[in-house]
Amino acid sequence: MGLAKRIIPCLDVNAGRVVKGVNFVGLRDAGDPVEIARRYDEQGADEVTFLDITASSDGRGLIIPIIEAVSAQVFIPLTVGGGVREVTDVRRLLNAGADKVSINTSAVQNPRLVADAAERFGSQCIVVAIDAKRANTPSGWEVFTHGGRNGTGLDAIAWAEHCASLGAGELLLTSMDRDGTKEGFDLDLTRAVADAVGVPVIASGGVGGLQHLCDGVLKGHADAVLAASIFHYGEFTVRQAKDFMAAQGIEVRL
Amino acid sequence: MTHIAVVDYGMGNLRSVAKALEHVAPHARVEVTDDPARVRAAQRVVFPGQGAMPDCMRELDQRKLRPAVIEAAREKPFLGLCIGLQMLFDASEEGPAAGLGLLAGQVRHFPAERMFAPDGERLKVPHMGWNQVYRQGEHPLWSGIADGSRFYFVHSYYVEPHDSGVGAATARYGLDFTCAVARDNLFAVQFHPEKSAGAGLALLSNFVHWNP
Repeated sequence: MGLAKRIIPCLDVNAGRVVKGVNFVGLRDAGDPVEIARRYDEQGADEVTFLDITASSDGRGLIIPIIEAVSAQVFIPLTVGGGVREVTDVRRLLNAGADKVSINTSAVQNPRLVADAAERFGSQCIVVAIDAKRANTPSGWEVFTHGGRNGTGLDAIAWAEHCASLGAGELLLTSMDRDGTKEGFDLDLTRAVADAVGVPVIASGGVGGLQHLCDGVLKGHADAVLAASIFHYGEFTVRQAKDFMAAQGIEVRL
Repeated sequence: MTHIAVVDYGMGNLRSVAKALEHVAPHARVEVTDDPARVRAAQRVVFPGQGAMPDCMRELDQRKLRPAVIEAAREKPFLGLCIGLQMLFDASEEGPAAGLGLLAGQVRHFPAERMFAPDGERLKVPHMGWNQVYRQGEHPLWSGIADGSRFYFVHSYYVEPHDSGVGAATARYGLDFTCAVARDNLFAVQFHPEKSAGAGLALLSNFVHWNP
């Protein structure tokens, strides 16, 4: 037995509140990040990811007290992403209690940020989030930024390799073709990236059922799988997902 | 009231460590401190670490914390975490700075040629996630924790003690490596109990109540 494949629920946070319905039985406040994170912890989530989708800059600092509150009461790893532009943003989030900070658009605009942050805080806490879409690049996938709106011309596999060489300790790979479709991960993309880099890869985008999680690991070679809606809307618990994966021979923390 | 010092030498966030200790020991005074006098005054000392070991050693010395940490490691309940385990050893492949030399041995990088699972799958470095911890003998800090429980790891280097008698647990990642050591009043782990949910909190609780 060895390292378990991780299941990571992802929560979108807008101006200090969790958005997208989180449908737990008896949840007093569907927007309360602390209570939601605690529920996922109780279900056996291996980590929780918070994505700050706040559009306005004045609301963005509101993620900080959330991370402080969650990290004081939920003792599993926390990853925070969204709007990270400078090394000082990384520092603020780590000081608030984040274990890992995810950098997306700014990594493309300023790859030096990834190197600087990894150098200063260690690769173990720097995640680069890559949003990829099928396109006419050498690998067949292109990197997009700004939530999938802007093409960059970068080849997704080459960019993933570059991020790892800059010092990213992990890659969060989202298929923009699959995100929101519930058709499952883009397994070809996941496998191409996971096999290309020596750092762990989290598969994201498209999960609609438990078999998709298994496929991400078994066919996509992902080290971890991230999902939002199947957990938020109460379709499945993390525990059910783990039991399902274990039944297919995937090593999970039960 | 028990006074627990969490040694802060400027490398990373110690908030989670302190909060987890407060969670298991609500009546203790948990103090994150970079003051050698406060480390000396504490009844129990937690010695965390993040980042690269040579940087940690440099920052520790800049704050003149080395003598107080060595003293604590010899005299009172002492818990090293992650790089705080690695720093107890003589030297690391991560850089030229010597460690504290409290335990004989080296800190090594996971060797690329061994990074394969039994089924041939390539193993990633850093070793990141929940792995099983197998104890070597009994110890009060394992009390109530099932052997083979999973703890959260994030690291690329592991300790290789010269004296196998200090090993308290191993984990398997391409190779079997020592992930916990124990000697007298000292206990140190490579994983992060403060991020290891129930099993981690149990270990921290055991530490708070440990009277070696």
